[in-house]
Amino acid sequence: MTVAADLDQTYSARKRKWRRAWDSVSIIFRSRVAVVGLSVVFFWVLVAIFAPILAPHSPFAQDSSAVNQGPSALYPLGTDQLGRDILSRLIYGSRTILLLAPISVLCSVALGTLLGLIGGYYGGLIDEVVMRILDAIMAFPTILLYLIIISAIGPSALNVVLAITFVGAPGIARLVRSLTLDIRARDFVAAAKLRGDSDWRIMFVEILPNARGPLIIDAMLRVGYAIFAIGTLGFLGLGLPPPTPDWGGMINEARKYIWTNPLGVLWPAIAISSLVVGLNLFADGLREETTRYQ
Amino acid sequence: MQQARSAPILRVQDLAIAYETRKGDVAAVRNVSFEIRRGETLGIVGESGCGKSTVAFGIVNFLGRNGRITNGRIIFQGQDLVGRSEEELRRLRGDRIAMVYQDPMQALNPSLRIGEQLSEVLVVHRGMKRKEAEDRCIQMLQRVYMPDPANVMRRYPHQLSGGQQQRVVIAMALLNDPALLIMDEPTTALDVTVEAAVLDLVEELQKDFDTAIMYISHNLGVIARVSDRVGVMYAGELVERASVEEVFLRPHHPYTQGLMRCVPRLGMDKASSYLYPIKGRVPPPDHLPPGCIFEPRCPYARPECCQSRPELRQVADGHWARCLFAEEVAQSAWAPPEEVPVRLPVAQATADEKPLLRVRNARTYYEVPSRQIMGRKQVVKAVDGVSVEVRRGQTLGIVGESGCGKTTLVKTIVGMEKPTGGEFEFMGVDISVPVAQRSVEVIRNLQMVFQNPDSTLNPSFSVGQQIAWPLRRFRKVPRNQVRAEVVRLLEMMKLGERYYDRLPRQLSGGEKQRVGIARAIAGLPALVLCDEPVSALDVSVQAAVLNLLLEIQAGLGTTMVFIAHDLSVVRFFCDYIAVMYLGHVVEFGPAEAIYAPPYHPYTEALLSAVPFPDPTVEQKSIRLSGTVPSALNPPSGCRFHTRCPRKLGDICERETPPWQEAGNGHRIFCHIPLDELRKVEAVVVAPRKNEN
Repeated sequence: MTVAADLDQTYSARKRKWRRAWDSVSIIFRSRVAVVGLSVVFFWVLVAIFAPILAPHSPFAQDSSAVNQGPSALYPLGTDQLGRDILSRLIYGSRTILLLAPISVLCSVALGTLLGLIGGYYGGLIDEVVMRILDAIMAFPTILLYLIIISAIGPSALNVVLAITFVGAPGIARLVRSLTLDIRARDFVAAAKLRGDSDWRIMFVEILPNARGPLIIDAMLRVGYAIFAIGTLGFLGLGLPPPTPDWGGMINEARKYIWTNPLGVLWPAIAISSLVVGLNLFADGLREETTRYQ
Repeated sequence: MQQARSAPILRVQDLAIAYETRKGDVAAVRNVSFEIRRGETLGIVGESGCGKSTVAFGIVNFLGRNGRITNGRIIFQGQDLVGRSEEELRRLRGDRIAMVYQDPMQALNPSLRIGEQLSEVLVVHRGMKRKEAEDRCIQMLQRVYMPDPANVMRRYPHQLSGGQQQRVVIAMALLNDPALLIMDEPTTALDVTVEAAVLDLVEELQKDFDTAIMYISHNLGVIARVSDRVGVMYAGELVERASVEEVFLRPHHPYTQGLMRCVPRLGMDKASSYLYPIKGRVPPPDHLPPGCIFEPRCPYARPECCQSRPELRQVADGHWARCLFAEEVAQSAWAPPEEVPVRLPVAQATADEKPLLRVRNARTYYEVPSRQIMGRKQVVKAVDGVSVEVRRGQTLGIVGESGCGKTTLVKTIVGMEKPTGGEFEFMGVDISVPVAQRSVEVIRNLQMVFQNPDSTLNPSFSVGQQIAWPLRRFRKVPRNQVRAEVVRLLEMMKLGERYYDRLPRQLSGGEKQRVGIARAIAGLPALVLCDEPVSALDVSVQAAVLNLLLEIQAGLGTTMVFIAHDLSVVRFFCDYIAVMYLGHVVEFGPAEAIYAPPYHPYTEALLSAVPFPDPTVEQKSIRLSGTVPSALNPPSGCRFHTRCPRKLGDICERETPPWQEAGNGHRIFCHIPLDELRKVEAVVVAPRKNEN
């Protein structure tokens, strides 16, 4: 019995499972970049969860005596053109964005993964057709696509999710396809095939779990893009219908009064960029750490 | 002259090399001492991870950013190389040490012509004129038997075959007339016949150039053929050092002895002998045992062995071993451990039964797009008219060099490739259809073991889950007993229940391969196809896996088809052997008949090329000229006629040869009359019986 085997035996099966889980989580803490990113994201998540406790005012309450004001004791970040508290709107706005962005990324990952797996696994004509259609979608500038889709189906939370799903899926499909092409050539896939396993099982059980690493990191970056997209749509007036607190919409509304109350634009802009930068730092740090130990 | 001969070119003393890792320094090599004289070849042999290449990289100061020499001296031509700056090293070592690596494609720049790369060596190091340098290069290419060297000079590396590339690399290494040539597994990636030619070349060059050669290999056969003296490495230490005859015939260290017992010797078969794997596994460099490093695995271990690390000491004239009891170990007759059976019950096949698998005139062609636009599609005839059959309980070995179609044949049988034509019958059912159209019963009975241990298991699932799935799928056991059955299979693989929750990345190569075997036999298949199941494994692990397959076969009566390129392993493992060349089977018959005359001329050449781990074996030297023709446009008549040393004449080019029956199911696909072939002497002769 070697030393390594002895060591292994001292752990019970359950302990080993915990250890394994901890090992994968602890990767995050090895990278300072990832930790910084994670704390920023975590900050916003906490803000979103405890919004009713944190917000000093209702996000909809208007104070006609205090319109477009700078920071004061009553309104720490000032008020907007309707006299609503900017801080409270920012806090509630984080709820909207932290709900919509992950949901829309999840949808686009689901759609993109499905298409990528099908194209990569079957190859040939199916692959050709799927990929050319996706190429056609990718040929449009993304902002143009958002505009076309939203103006066609109208602005609403659901439609924002749909638009982001549709625009994001081709990129994910390409990523999954290239991973599939690599993984399907391995022997365990051959073993599954000659065991007569169904194509669906091979795609989702044999191939997909082995593509999860790059896929998770890509999805993380895409949450950042989705936040941008939601912000952009809000700014163009195609996001959530008012008076929903929406960071992009807040910038748009405050834009008209930028000379009288420049802080009204600044606060939501800081909110958007801090969250996106946090997510990107987290994804980058994670990617660096995981590739180093492969 | 005598004086010059005795002075060593390279002397390594107490060398220790450590790599910096996240867990701190890891001593990869410790206490290694040896010397190489002019005109001498020192073979370094050992299993993967034992530090062979690290020593070589240490000598050329190529350890990478995290490696460094922590102790010892490397004296090259009287000058110590350790602790010198890059500039000093360049001056001392100059161009006097050359290195040849395993993969020639890594050593050659793919975007430069061979001529430019070769002559650059001389232009830069020697300040030669371009024209003069080119002439020297052509001479050197001729020297390494490169056909048409002037033409080769104008080609790019990818236009040469693997063997030719390795010749170019060797020629490049020799251009500077080095005093020391380090060869790190230079033939591992090559086919046996090409390997044999490269080994001949190494031997000859060593005589002509009087170079000192350090030859690193994991292959005992190759080491036995090229070396004058041999060093055996284990877990970062040199455990034995002596002349090649001494090491192979009178090994003094238990590890060396163990290695010798792991490889099938000439003429060994499963009915009469057994391979004894070394128990346990190599300790990781950060968990070394306190005493002798081999003690945990040593069959002779005594309490003294745990107390202190033995020194490398002289046990006989010129024979050094790192063992406290080397003399006793060498003297005492080794008794096999009690738990292994001395002889395995070999499954006996009944002769009159219908074959389990019958393949007749199998053809598998691939279409490849033409190089020209609008050109016709070309057809690769990977398998072209192959007929083989396997009876229940038997093992059929398929041998042949890469590209001969053996893997395609197996893939066609399991249904991963669509056959172009021919009859495929398995258990009385036609199986010339892809997997999707086969019945579950056929699928269950036809399973496969793969070559590469790293890709045979799904990295995302635990060992237990992967073995459990085929059990569920084929419904061999009730749902609530699946786990128990998996544990039983794991125990059968000598792994045990504690492997159930492990992930593939926590297993060694041999363990992964065992799990792969367990997964294949989970549904109790009638036929298991093994595609080079042991060729990626170290010899001691290889022996254990082969034993395991034999036990499965004896216990379950499983029939096997076994692909391999190692002819000693095939001889040991198989009952029948099919020799393939360029999509044809050229010889088929019982294993012992294949290894004795009459031979097909190709089999004869293959056998003469196999390196046997015994320096006293006498082997005829038959080297095939040229390279294997392309399967896109195979030669007419007999496909082997372009390279056949016994070619009769026109008839070989014009007519497809007949199958000649040599009795006892032995068939030869050749025009040469059987009586003529019978007169051929045996290719390999073992001069006397060895102790083991």
